Amino acid sequence: MMSLERMLMGSALLLLLGNANALDGKKIFTEGGSLPGAMPCAACHGADGMGMAAAGIPRLAGLPAAYVSKQLEDFKNASRASTVMRPVAIALTEAEMDAVSQAVAAMPAPLPAPAYRSEMPTDAAQKLALQGAWERQIPACVSCHGPAGVGVGGAFPPLAGQPAAYLAAQLVAWQSGTRRNDPNDLMGHIAKSLTAEEVQEVARYFAALSPEAKP
Amino acid sequence: MKPFMLLGMLAVLPAQAATIAMEDQSQLQSAAAQGQIAQFQPPQESELPDNAYGTLVRQGYALFVDTKRLAPEFVGNGLNCSHCHLDQGRLANSAPLWAAYPMYPAYRKKNDKVNTFAERLQGCFQFSMNGGNPPAADSPEITALSVYAYWLASKAPLGVELPGRGYPDVAQPAKGYDLGQGAQVYQGQCAVCHGAEGQGQKVGDSYVMPPLWGKDSYNWGAGMHRINTAASFIKHNMPLGKGGSLSDQQVWDVAAYVNSHERPQDPRLVEGSVEKTRLKFHANDGVNLYGQTVDGVLIGQGIR
Repeated sequence: MMSLERMLMGSALLLLLGNANALDGKKIFTEGGSLPGAMPCAACHGADGMGMAAAGIPRLAGLPAAYVSKQLEDFKNASRASTVMRPVAIALTEAEMDAVSQAVAAMPAPLPAPAYRSEMPTDAAQKLALQGAWERQIPACVSCHGPAGVGVGGAFPPLAGQPAAYLAAQLVAWQSGTRRNDPNDLMGHIAKSLTAEEVQEVARYFAALSPEAKP
Repeated sequence: MKPFMLLGMLAVLPAQAATIAMEDQSQLQSAAAQGQIAQFQPPQESELPDNAYGTLVRQGYALFVDTKRLAPEFVGNGLNCSHCHLDQGRLANSAPLWAAYPMYPAYRKKNDKVNTFAERLQGCFQFSMNGGNPPAADSPEITALSVYAYWLASKAPLGVELPGRGYPDVAQPAKGYDLGQGAQVYQGQCAVCHGAEGQGQKVGDSYVMPPLWGKDSYNWGAGMHRINTAASFIKHNMPLGKGGSLSDQQVWDVAAYVNSHERPQDPRLVEGSVEKTRLKFHANDGVNLYGQTVDGVLIGQGIR
């Protein structure tokens, strides 16, 4: 049996969530948040949320809402260091973070061509991506990020089609400890085992997986 | 949560030694599994010859890592071989194929007869893959997988137990195991990949992270349903890429937690009775919860 107190608390929560959803996430994306410093996402990530490969700015469109809102929280608490994103995240209210994460997740996203594990790798980068390097306790990238790096659930973001400069910068950030917001150091310990050459190669591999526009 | 301890449960069960014809050769105890002995090195894929043999090895590889999609008629759940045999069957302490292949034919207590390697593979399909009638011993599937295993075992000594074989035993802690503690380990270490309800995670129709219980996981006849086997697998291999990071107590707790959940019925079910099946197949099969009652619920009823 649910106590009256719990029911009231539940209703209050629902109201709060209702308010968050009522915020126009798309508007925050294109015009920014209510507080000064909450710059519009579109200014750097593009109006379509597809990022800017040349500048190493990642695609946001289609990323899982849970992943995006966690990143915003982590920019704020500096477990993911970014001089650009930290002030923006600090200036966003919790409700705005939630709303803009939902909006980003709903934006049309490209999908890479389907890939299967049965494909045997033909070069070093592909071998790392599809099989890993177990002599160094490095699992295959795709064993968490999914076939062709499409991303899995809310914790393992897509790699396919993200700018090589962005992917490499993240691996380097994990190596240096300026990014340490992964669950249970799952990514950090892997990144630290990669050579500088492997970082570049595997970043290029996933960046090059040709995305196809979602119909 | 009420802690569930295994207290001498095995000791009170009737000894079944009389029905066992000989020692189980398929579950040999490993003396020096993690020692400093040089690890066997399976051949590289780049060394594969471009001929009929190389083609068959590649087919076996494909089946091994993409089993559900390529052999759907023989896989009743959502698993691939490589979900439990990491690094495409190459990783030491993850039941590598190069250590298994040279040990067959061998007597197996499980079916009380000498099994060929093909029969051993059929057992994987029947139990771990919950696949119903397994592919025939001379089927394309068993042939390709056998050739892949044979190739991985190239230059391995025959009938010699290699270091890294199977999942080297992790002894049960003195305190036994605790399902409540296991649940905490699970939520903290495992749920991010395998899901809060053990459901695994999919991309499209295929599991990326395998389900650990429920209809798409291994059945009650699979070796992994033994808490001792799952604990050993987890100790050496989980969380993925962080093998060895959990304590012996943690791996036993979490293995018991995982294997206290329902999964497809043991296909050897005796006369529809969980109790008869427990007595015949589970009472003397390591540490397991099949047919036990936990918190008033009978474990092993199966799930479709």
